[in-house]
Amino acid sequence: MKIHEYQAKQLLKKFNVPIPQGGVATDPHEAYQIAEALGGMTYVVKAQIHAGGRGKGGGVKVAADLNEVRQLAEAILGMTLVTHQTGPEGRVVKKVLVEQALDIKQELYLGIVIDRAQARPVIMMSAAGGMEIEEVAARTPELIVKEAIDPAVGLMPYQTRNLAFGVGLDGALIRTASNFITNLYQMFMAYDCSLVEINPLVVTNGGQLLALDAKVNFDDNALYRHKDLIELEDPNEIDPLELEAKKHNLNYIRLDGTVGAMVNGAGLAMATMDLIKLAGAEPANFLDVGGGASADMITNGFRIILGDPRVKAILINIFGGILRCDVLAQGVLEAVKQVQVQVPIIIRLEGTRCEIGRDLLKDSGLDFTVASDMLDAAHKVAALA
Amino acid sequence: MSVLVNNDTRLVVQGITGKEGSFHTRQCVEYGTNVVAGVTPGKGGQHMDDIPVFNTVKQAVAQAGANTAMIFVPPAFAADAILEAAEAGIKVIVCITEGIPTLDMVKVARYLEGTDIRLIGPNCPGIISPGQAKVGIMPGQIHQPGPIGVVSRSGTLTYEAVYQLTLQDLGQSTCVGIGGDPIIGTNFIDMLRLFQADPQTSGVVLIGEIGGTAEEEAAAFIKAEVNKPVVAFIAGQTAPPGKRMGHAGAIISGGSGKAADKIAALEAAGITVVRNIGELGAICKKVMGT
Repeated sequence: MKIHEYQAKQLLKKFNVPIPQGGVATDPHEAYQIAEALGGMTYVVKAQIHAGGRGKGGGVKVAADLNEVRQLAEAILGMTLVTHQTGPEGRVVKKVLVEQALDIKQELYLGIVIDRAQARPVIMMSAAGGMEIEEVAARTPELIVKEAIDPAVGLMPYQTRNLAFGVGLDGALIRTASNFITNLYQMFMAYDCSLVEINPLVVTNGGQLLALDAKVNFDDNALYRHKDLIELEDPNEIDPLELEAKKHNLNYIRLDGTVGAMVNGAGLAMATMDLIKLAGAEPANFLDVGGGASADMITNGFRIILGDPRVKAILINIFGGILRCDVLAQGVLEAVKQVQVQVPIIIRLEGTRCEIGRDLLKDSGLDFTVASDMLDAAHKVAALA
Repeated sequence: MSVLVNNDTRLVVQGITGKEGSFHTRQCVEYGTNVVAGVTPGKGGQHMDDIPVFNTVKQAVAQAGANTAMIFVPPAFAADAILEAAEAGIKVIVCITEGIPTLDMVKVARYLEGTDIRLIGPNCPGIISPGQAKVGIMPGQIHQPGPIGVVSRSGTLTYEAVYQLTLQDLGQSTCVGIGGDPIIGTNFIDMLRLFQADPQTSGVVLIGEIGGTAEEEAAAFIKAEVNKPVVAFIAGQTAPPGKRMGHAGAIISGGSGKAADKIAALEAAGITVVRNIGELGAICKKVMGT
């Protein structure tokens, strides 16, 4: 699960990780009032959407006075912000974060992730703040310092020193940075985060360290033990069809193509998307109806796939294992009658009792194209889409 | 021969009285697996069909001689179940449960580090040595005993691959679904090492997917240590970055985990990579058929 920058910063604050002063606004007047309460000279107005590259897209602006805060908020709120992470359709900005501008001396990078190969949390720092860490890793890997945390003992103070000295900090900043890292790591563990990124982490001329930006993602599997986080999810940031699918416990991801796909199992669903592409068409979605796809799941799957008006054909690819193909075929028939599917359906059934399943479909009087194997299925779909 | 599970497997099922646990236990028994015990805390002394149920894995080991565990308990209790089995002396632990928090698995992985305990999964279909033992949720009847080892991060995609192999009359020594989570107990390299050492196995099918760098690491290992033929397939060539494709571990993040990079690494190591899953069986026949 992802959250907004302003929400992430509230969590940081709770764990005593320093953030710039500010507040979130939904209208220009509110933005003005927040800035007024902050005092100071200059301000930053930041669009709140779940995507990186907001600055380059025109969603982050500096205001020289209170009136400019109001003007910028007016311009940014309601704008469709397009960044390299939003896709061409962009996102409509509904909230802005108004903060005091800082007197920045240096920008650093600080990130915490789970390293899959080591099966441990890893803290990364780089002196190249503001740049994407992937870019730094590709161009100047020597600028990145890393510490893997042994879960049996937790983060040790020497590791925070290795990081702080490693990015060239010195003097009183070492202790400041150690505290910053330790507190951030505690938040990562306490909330089952999957990613925390402070980019940039800024050093001010006054010798402070602050999280100028904050990106926090949570492990979906652990949300059951963090009920307080669930209300932070912003439904505006999720594709409405993906939201609907989630309600029915379906794994659905919307893509840009025209061939809807309904498959049992995530790996097979990905392989089916790939096959559609190889056959010369484009997949409209990823949809995993689960290893034991029931008639209910299939009905909901049809509704969600057809919620996307771009879909011109549907490919159902089911590998019947313990769940028999004849039972599945009956489920598909019920679902098709109930949902009244108007686009051509190609169906490929394989596995246990697949012949009986295929016959059921052929004899149903409904308009199915039954494919003999995956290759055949893809070609038939591509011809229709 | 075969690896990890065979005719000597004496299985204890943790969570045997639950819906999934009891259903799949019966399927395993039907396949011929020697299921010697079940564990459900508080239900010790009962039976599931003819299988004695114990309160703890420790009792199941002491009284029924279990040496392998299959876990069906809900995600919140799964890490506990894995450690309970490990502490009771079980050497092969197969965790089917999907949805375990990653930080729970960080602790489990740390506990198992340096031990001779083999954890398969979590979030996996399990392991089968055709004709001998099935410890998992895969459909037994699509398998056939033979010389091919199969290792995969997926469930139904593995069945698809196995089915195509069987249709080509290429039987399997052992098929393992290692799981779709970011942190898993057994990785490709662990399985490749076992298959390389197994005299029954003459070739390996490796099925990977987007996310992480396990396939790249496997490619390097194969080049250095495996002289048996390997055929690979990578799912998710059309997956968009930043989206979790069903499996918790199947996500392209920060420019790493892309299918194209995995395919390139495998091909650079001299491994045959199948682009079209529909052709997997036929290509294996060509590469590994006798």
